[in-house]
Amino acid sequence: MVNAIIILLSFQLIGEIFIRALSLPVPGPVVGMLLLFLTLLLRDPLVTKVESTAQYILKNLTLLYVPAAVGVVVHLHLIQREGLPLIVTLIGGSLITIGLTALTMKFLLGKFQMLLAGKGK
Amino acid sequence: MQIITNTWVYLAQTPLLWLTITLIVYQLSALLYRRLNSPTLLNPIITSIVVLVTLLLVTKTPYEVYFEGAQFIHFLLGPATVALAVPMYRYYRKLMQIFGPVSGALIIGSIVGILSAVGIGWLFNLSQVTLLSLAPKSVTTPIAMGIAEQIGGLPSLTTVFVILTGIIGALLGQKILDLLRIRDNSIRGFTLGLSAHGLGTATAFQEGEEAGAFAGLAMGLNGTVTAILIPILVQLFYYLMQ
Repeated sequence: MVNAIIILLSFQLIGEIFIRALSLPVPGPVVGMLLLFLTLLLRDPLVTKVESTAQYILKNLTLLYVPAAVGVVVHLHLIQREGLPLIVTLIGGSLITIGLTALTMKFLLGKFQMLLAGKGK
Repeated sequence: MQIITNTWVYLAQTPLLWLTITLIVYQLSALLYRRLNSPTLLNPIITSIVVLVTLLLVTKTPYEVYFEGAQFIHFLLGPATVALAVPMYRYYRKLMQIFGPVSGALIIGSIVGILSAVGIGWLFNLSQVTLLSLAPKSVTTPIAMGIAEQIGGLPSLTTVFVILTGIIGALLGQKILDLLRIRDNSIRGFTLGLSAHGLGTATAFQEGEEAGAFAGLAMGLNGTVTAILIPILVQLFYYLMQ
Protein backbone atom coordinates (compact mmCIF):
# COMPACT_ATOMS: atom_id res chain seq x y z
CA MET A 1 0.00 0.00 0.00
CA VAL A 2 2.72 2.48 1.01
CA ASN A 3 4.86 1.27 -1.90
CA ALA A 4 1.98 1.87 -4.30
CA ILE A 5 1.43 5.40 -2.99
CA ILE A 6 5.14 6.13 -3.32
CA ILE A 7 5.11 4.87 -6.92
CA LEU A 8 2.00 6.87 -7.91
CA LEU A 9 3.18 10.10 -6.25
CA SER A 10 6.72 9.73 -7.62
CA PHE A 11 5.46 9.35 -11.18
CA GLN A 12 3.19 12.37 -10.72
CA LEU A 13 6.16 14.33 -9.36
CA ILE A 14 8.35 13.29 -12.31
CA GLY A 15 5.50 14.30 -14.65
CA GLU A 16 5.20 17.73 -13.02
CA ILE A 17 8.97 18.32 -13.23
CA PHE A 18 9.00 17.06 -16.84
CA ILE A 19 6.31 19.47 -18.12
CA ARG A 20 7.93 22.41 -16.35
CA ALA A 21 11.40 21.62 -17.65
CA LEU A 22 10.11 21.33 -21.24
CA SER A 23 7.26 23.88 -20.77
CA LEU A 24 4.72 21.43 -22.23
CA PRO A 25 1.03 22.43 -22.27
CA VAL A 26 -0.12 19.06 -20.79
CA PRO A 27 -1.03 18.28 -17.16
CA GLY A 28 1.75 16.73 -15.08
CA PRO A 29 -0.31 13.70 -13.93
CA VAL A 30 -1.04 12.78 -17.58
CA VAL A 31 2.70 12.67 -18.32
CA GLY A 32 3.13 10.69 -15.08
CA MET A 33 0.53 8.19 -16.31
CA LEU A 34 2.30 7.77 -19.66
CA LEU A 35 5.67 7.27 -17.95
CA LEU A 36 4.20 4.67 -15.55
CA PHE A 37 2.54 2.92 -18.51
CA LEU A 38 5.88 2.76 -20.40
CA THR A 39 7.65 1.57 -17.24
CA LEU A 40 5.09 -1.24 -16.81
CA LEU A 41 5.66 -2.33 -20.42
CA LEU A 42 9.37 -2.59 -19.68
CA ARG A 43 9.13 -4.04 -16.18
CA ASP A 44 5.97 -6.11 -15.71
CA PRO A 45 6.64 -7.22 -12.07
CA LEU A 46 6.09 -3.60 -10.94
CA VAL A 47 2.38 -3.97 -11.71
CA THR A 48 1.82 -6.29 -8.71
CA LYS A 49 3.06 -3.50 -6.41
CA VAL A 50 0.56 -0.87 -7.66
CA GLU A 51 -2.36 -2.89 -8.97
CA SER A 52 -4.60 -3.29 -5.91
CA THR A 53 -4.17 0.33 -4.76
CA ALA A 54 -4.73 1.64 -8.32
CA GLN A 55 -7.92 -0.41 -8.64
CA TYR A 56 -9.13 0.82 -5.27
CA ILE A 57 -8.58 4.49 -6.16
CA LEU A 58 -10.14 4.14 -9.62
CA LYS A 59 -13.23 2.37 -8.25
CA ASN A 60 -13.84 5.53 -6.22
CA LEU A 61 -12.84 7.98 -8.95
CA THR A 62 -16.29 9.60 -8.88
CA LEU A 63 -15.71 10.75 -5.29
CA LEU A 64 -12.56 12.62 -6.31
CA TYR A 65 -14.51 14.83 -8.71
CA VAL A 66 -17.07 15.90 -6.09
CA PRO A 67 -15.15 18.95 -4.69
CA ALA A 68 -14.49 20.47 -8.15
CA ALA A 69 -18.04 19.80 -9.34
CA VAL A 70 -19.54 21.39 -6.21
CA GLY A 71 -17.40 24.47 -6.93
CA VAL A 72 -18.78 24.83 -10.43
CA VAL A 73 -22.39 24.43 -9.34
CA VAL A 74 -21.87 27.01 -6.57
CA HIS A 75 -20.40 29.41 -9.16
CA LEU A 76 -23.11 28.74 -11.73
CA HIS A 77 -24.14 32.42 -11.73
CA LEU A 78 -21.10 32.97 -13.99
CA ILE A 79 -23.21 31.72 -16.90
CA GLN A 80 -26.51 33.31 -15.82
CA ARG A 81 -26.54 35.79 -18.71
CA GLU A 82 -26.71 33.10 -21.40
CA GLY A 83 -27.89 30.36 -19.03
CA LEU A 84 -30.66 28.42 -20.76
CA PRO A 85 -29.29 28.42 -24.35
CA LEU A 86 -25.92 27.38 -22.90
CA ILE A 87 -27.36 24.43 -21.00
CA VAL A 88 -29.27 23.33 -24.12
CA THR A 89 -26.05 23.69 -26.14
CA LEU A 90 -24.07 21.58 -23.67
CA ILE A 91 -26.72 18.85 -23.50
CA GLY A 92 -27.22 18.83 -27.29
CA GLY A 93 -23.49 18.77 -27.95
CA SER A 94 -23.02 15.87 -25.49
CA LEU A 95 -25.87 13.82 -27.00
CA ILE A 96 -24.45 14.20 -30.52
CA THR A 97 -20.86 13.49 -29.43
CA ILE A 98 -21.78 10.40 -27.40
CA GLY A 99 -24.07 9.02 -30.13
CA LEU A 100 -21.72 9.57 -33.07
CA THR A 101 -18.59 8.38 -31.24
CA ALA A 102 -20.25 5.14 -30.12
CA LEU A 103 -21.81 4.43 -33.53
CA THR A 104 -18.54 5.19 -35.37
CA MET A 105 -16.59 2.81 -33.16
CA LYS A 106 -19.26 0.12 -33.44
CA PHE A 107 -19.29 0.45 -37.23
CA LEU A 108 -15.48 0.35 -37.50
CA LEU A 109 -15.22 -2.62 -35.08
CA GLY A 110 -17.80 -4.46 -37.20
CA LYS A 111 -15.85 -3.77 -40.40
CA PHE A 112 -12.64 -4.80 -38.65
CA GLN A 113 -14.11 -8.11 -37.44
CA MET A 114 -15.44 -8.85 -40.95
CA LEU A 115 -11.95 -8.23 -42.27
CA LEU A 116 -10.47 -10.64 -39.69
CA ALA A 117 -13.12 -13.28 -40.50
CA GLY A 118 -12.33 -12.85 -44.22
CA LYS A 119 -8.65 -13.44 -43.58
CA GLY A 120 -9.41 -16.53 -41.51
CA LYS A 121 -11.06 -18.32 -44.47
CA MET B 1 -27.14 28.02 23.01
CA GLN B 2 -23.66 29.37 23.75
CA ILE B 3 -22.24 25.86 23.51
CA ILE B 4 -23.86 25.29 20.14
CA THR B 5 -22.48 28.59 18.83
CA ASN B 6 -19.00 27.83 20.13
CA THR B 7 -19.06 24.37 18.63
CA TRP B 8 -20.21 25.72 15.27
CA VAL B 9 -17.47 28.38 15.30
CA TYR B 10 -14.90 25.64 15.91
CA LEU B 11 -16.33 23.33 13.25
CA ALA B 12 -16.61 26.09 10.66
CA GLN B 13 -12.89 26.77 11.04
CA THR B 14 -11.54 23.25 10.75
CA PRO B 15 -11.15 21.39 7.46
CA LEU B 16 -12.35 18.28 9.32
CA LEU B 17 -16.06 19.15 9.07
CA TRP B 18 -16.50 19.45 5.28
CA LEU B 19 -14.02 16.66 4.56
CA THR B 20 -16.05 14.28 6.72
CA ILE B 21 -19.38 15.52 5.37
CA THR B 22 -18.20 15.09 1.74
CA LEU B 23 -17.17 11.47 2.43
CA ILE B 24 -20.41 10.65 4.25
CA VAL B 25 -22.61 12.27 1.58
CA TYR B 26 -20.76 10.41 -1.18
CA GLN B 27 -20.94 7.07 0.63
CA LEU B 28 -24.70 7.46 1.27
CA SER B 29 -25.23 8.49 -2.37
CA ALA B 30 -23.34 5.40 -3.53
CA LEU B 31 -25.39 3.22 -1.17
CA LEU B 32 -28.67 4.68 -2.45
CA TYR B 33 -27.49 4.13 -6.04
CA ARG B 34 -26.73 0.43 -5.41
CA ARG B 35 -29.91 -0.17 -3.36
CA LEU B 36 -32.10 1.13 -6.21
CA ASN B 37 -30.35 -1.08 -8.80
CA SER B 38 -28.13 1.67 -10.23
CA PRO B 39 -30.55 4.07 -11.96
CA THR B 40 -28.34 6.34 -14.14
CA LEU B 41 -30.14 9.49 -12.98
CA LEU B 42 -29.03 8.76 -9.41
CA ASN B 43 -25.34 8.55 -10.31
CA PRO B 44 -23.56 9.16 -6.95
CA ILE B 45 -21.81 12.26 -8.34
CA ILE B 46 -25.17 13.92 -9.07
CA THR B 47 -26.73 13.11 -5.70
CA SER B 48 -23.55 14.19 -3.89
CA ILE B 49 -23.43 17.54 -5.71
CA VAL B 50 -27.11 18.29 -5.05
CA VAL B 51 -26.88 17.43 -1.34
CA LEU B 52 -23.58 19.27 -0.76
CA VAL B 53 -24.59 22.41 -2.66
CA THR B 54 -27.85 22.49 -0.67
CA LEU B 55 -25.90 22.11 2.59
CA LEU B 56 -23.53 24.94 1.63
CA LEU B 57 -26.43 27.23 0.71
CA VAL B 58 -28.42 26.43 3.87
CA THR B 59 -25.45 26.95 6.21
CA LYS B 60 -24.30 29.98 4.16
CA THR B 61 -20.83 28.43 3.90
CA PRO B 62 -18.61 30.00 1.20
CA TYR B 63 -17.08 27.53 -1.28
CA GLU B 64 -13.57 28.56 -0.17
CA VAL B 65 -14.30 27.32 3.37
CA TYR B 66 -15.77 24.09 2.00
CA PHE B 67 -12.73 23.55 -0.20
CA GLU B 68 -10.34 23.78 2.74
CA GLY B 69 -11.69 20.43 3.81
CA ALA B 70 -12.52 19.02 0.40
CA GLN B 71 -9.07 19.79 -1.02
CA PHE B 72 -7.71 16.59 0.55
CA ILE B 73 -10.05 14.60 -1.70
CA HIS B 74 -9.40 16.89 -4.68
CA PHE B 75 -5.66 16.33 -4.31
CA LEU B 76 -6.07 12.60 -5.01
CA LEU B 77 -7.09 13.35 -8.61
CA GLY B 78 -3.39 13.60 -9.48
CA PRO B 79 -2.31 10.13 -8.27
CA ALA B 80 -5.63 8.72 -9.60
CA THR B 81 -4.72 9.96 -13.08
CA VAL B 82 -1.32 8.26 -12.79
CA ALA B 83 -3.11 5.08 -11.61
CA LEU B 84 -4.97 4.94 -14.95
CA ALA B 85 -1.74 3.48 -16.36
CA VAL B 86 -2.55 0.15 -14.63
CA PRO B 87 -5.86 -0.72 -16.40
CA MET B 88 -4.41 0.65 -19.66
CA TYR B 89 -1.48 -1.72 -19.26
CA ARG B 90 -3.85 -4.62 -18.51
CA TYR B 91 -5.85 -3.98 -21.71
CA TYR B 92 -2.85 -3.00 -23.81
CA ARG B 93 -3.11 -6.14 -26.02
CA LYS B 94 -6.77 -5.66 -26.82
CA LEU B 95 -6.11 -2.00 -27.50
CA MET B 96 -3.35 -2.78 -30.01
CA GLN B 97 -5.65 -5.33 -31.66
CA ILE B 98 -8.38 -2.78 -32.33
CA PHE B 99 -6.04 0.16 -32.89
CA GLY B 100 -7.65 1.08 -36.24
CA PRO B 101 -11.28 1.34 -35.06
CA VAL B 102 -10.11 3.19 -31.92
CA SER B 103 -8.20 5.80 -33.97
CA GLY B 104 -11.19 6.31 -36.29
CA ALA B 105 -13.60 6.80 -33.39
CA LEU B 106 -11.09 9.14 -31.75
CA ILE B 107 -10.80 11.47 -34.76
CA ILE B 108 -14.56 11.54 -35.47
CA GLY B 109 -15.46 11.91 -31.79
CA SER B 110 -12.94 14.69 -31.27
CA ILE B 111 -14.15 16.74 -34.26
CA VAL B 112 -17.83 16.15 -33.42
CA GLY B 113 -17.18 17.07 -29.77
CA ILE B 114 -15.82 20.47 -30.81
CA LEU B 115 -18.18 21.29 -33.69
CA SER B 116 -21.46 20.09 -32.14
CA ALA B 117 -21.23 22.44 -29.15
CA VAL B 118 -19.88 25.42 -31.11
CA GLY B 119 -22.45 24.82 -33.88
CA ILE B 120 -25.48 24.66 -31.57
CA GLY B 121 -24.15 27.63 -29.59
CA TRP B 122 -23.77 29.58 -32.85
CA LEU B 123 -27.40 28.79 -33.74
CA PHE B 124 -28.39 30.23 -30.34
CA ASN B 125 -26.43 33.39 -31.14
CA LEU B 126 -24.04 32.98 -28.19
CA SER B 127 -21.23 35.54 -27.98
CA GLN B 128 -17.89 34.83 -29.66
CA VAL B 129 -16.02 34.57 -26.35
CA THR B 130 -18.56 32.01 -25.14
CA LEU B 131 -18.21 29.98 -28.35
CA LEU B 132 -14.40 29.98 -28.09
CA SER B 133 -14.68 28.93 -24.42
CA LEU B 134 -17.08 26.13 -25.41
CA ALA B 135 -14.80 24.54 -28.03
CA PRO B 136 -12.59 22.49 -25.66
CA LYS B 137 -15.40 21.45 -23.25
CA SER B 138 -15.04 17.70 -23.80
CA VAL B 139 -11.46 17.46 -22.52
CA THR B 140 -10.01 17.37 -19.02
CA THR B 141 -9.89 20.75 -17.19
CA PRO B 142 -6.15 21.65 -17.31
CA ILE B 143 -5.87 20.92 -21.05
CA ALA B 144 -9.17 22.70 -21.80
CA MET B 145 -8.09 25.83 -19.90
CA GLY B 146 -4.83 25.95 -21.86
CA ILE B 147 -6.66 25.67 -25.18
CA ALA B 148 -9.22 28.35 -24.23
CA GLU B 149 -6.45 30.75 -23.30
CA GLN B 150 -4.61 30.11 -26.55
CA ILE B 151 -7.60 30.86 -28.81
CA GLY B 152 -9.00 33.83 -26.88
CA GLY B 153 -11.70 32.16 -24.75
CA LEU B 154 -12.10 32.59 -21.00
CA PRO B 155 -10.42 29.77 -19.03
CA SER B 156 -12.72 30.27 -16.01
CA LEU B 157 -15.80 29.95 -18.24
CA THR B 158 -14.25 26.88 -19.89
CA THR B 159 -13.85 25.24 -16.47
CA VAL B 160 -17.59 25.62 -15.88
CA PHE B 161 -18.39 24.12 -19.31
CA VAL B 162 -15.96 21.23 -18.80
CA ILE B 163 -17.46 20.22 -15.46
CA LEU B 164 -21.05 20.64 -16.71
CA THR B 165 -20.20 18.48 -19.74
CA GLY B 166 -18.80 15.88 -17.35
CA ILE B 167 -21.97 15.95 -15.24
CA ILE B 168 -24.17 15.65 -18.36
CA GLY B 169 -22.05 12.74 -19.60
CA ALA B 170 -22.27 10.97 -16.23
CA LEU B 171 -26.02 11.59 -16.12
CA LEU B 172 -27.03 10.73 -19.70
CA GLY B 173 -24.09 8.83 -21.22
CA GLN B 174 -25.08 5.32 -20.16
CA LYS B 175 -28.73 6.00 -21.07
CA ILE B 176 -27.80 7.02 -24.64
CA LEU B 177 -25.50 4.01 -25.01
CA ASP B 178 -28.32 1.72 -23.79
CA LEU B 179 -30.76 3.30 -26.26
CA LEU B 180 -28.27 2.73 -29.10
CA ARG B 181 -27.89 -0.89 -27.87
CA ILE B 182 -24.13 -0.52 -27.39
CA ARG B 183 -23.09 -3.45 -25.16
CA ASP B 184 -19.38 -3.77 -25.96
CA ASN B 185 -17.44 -2.60 -22.88
CA SER B 186 -14.65 -1.10 -24.94
CA ILE B 187 -17.09 1.09 -26.95
CA ARG B 188 -19.03 2.15 -23.84
CA GLY B 189 -15.87 3.12 -21.97
CA PHE B 190 -14.21 4.81 -24.92
CA THR B 191 -17.31 6.92 -25.64
CA LEU B 192 -17.75 7.98 -22.00
CA GLY B 193 -14.09 8.98 -21.62
CA LEU B 194 -13.97 10.83 -24.93
CA SER B 195 -17.17 12.82 -24.44
CA ALA B 196 -17.05 13.47 -20.69
CA HIS B 197 -13.33 13.24 -19.68
CA GLY B 198 -12.74 12.31 -16.00
CA LEU B 199 -16.36 12.20 -14.91
CA GLY B 200 -17.16 9.94 -17.89
CA THR B 201 -14.16 7.79 -16.97
CA ALA B 202 -15.34 7.57 -13.36
CA THR B 203 -18.76 6.44 -14.62
CA ALA B 204 -17.09 3.86 -16.88
CA PHE B 205 -15.15 2.43 -13.92
CA GLN B 206 -18.50 1.84 -12.21
CA GLU B 207 -19.30 -0.50 -15.13
CA GLY B 208 -16.04 -2.40 -14.83
CA GLU B 209 -12.30 -2.37 -15.39
CA GLU B 210 -12.36 -2.84 -19.17
CA ALA B 211 -14.77 0.07 -19.74
CA GLY B 212 -12.64 2.13 -17.34
CA ALA B 213 -9.41 1.31 -19.16
CA PHE B 214 -10.84 2.41 -22.51
CA ALA B 215 -12.36 5.53 -20.94
CA GLY B 216 -9.03 6.59 -19.44
CA LEU B 217 -7.37 6.01 -22.78
CA ALA B 218 -10.03 8.03 -24.64
CA MET B 219 -9.75 10.88 -22.14
CA GLY B 220 -5.97 11.13 -22.62
CA LEU B 221 -6.06 10.76 -26.41
CA ASN B 222 -8.94 13.21 -26.88
CA GLY B 223 -7.12 15.79 -24.75
CA THR B 224 -4.13 15.57 -27.07
CA VAL B 225 -6.09 15.49 -30.36
CA THR B 226 -8.39 18.36 -29.31
CA ALA B 227 -5.40 20.50 -28.30
CA ILE B 228 -4.01 20.03 -31.81
CA LEU B 229 -7.33 20.32 -33.69
CA ILE B 230 -8.89 23.43 -32.13
CA PRO B 231 -6.18 25.97 -33.08
CA ILE B 232 -6.25 24.57 -36.66
CA LEU B 233 -10.07 24.79 -36.84
CA VAL B 234 -10.03 28.35 -35.47
CA GLN B 235 -7.41 29.41 -38.07
CA LEU B 236 -9.44 27.72 -40.82
CA PHE B 237 -12.60 29.48 -39.68
CA TYR B 238 -10.99 32.95 -39.68
CA TYR B 239 -9.49 32.20 -43.11
CA LEU B 240 -12.91 31.25 -44.53
CA MET B 241 -14.57 34.32 -43.01
CA GLN B 242 -12.18 36.70 -44.75
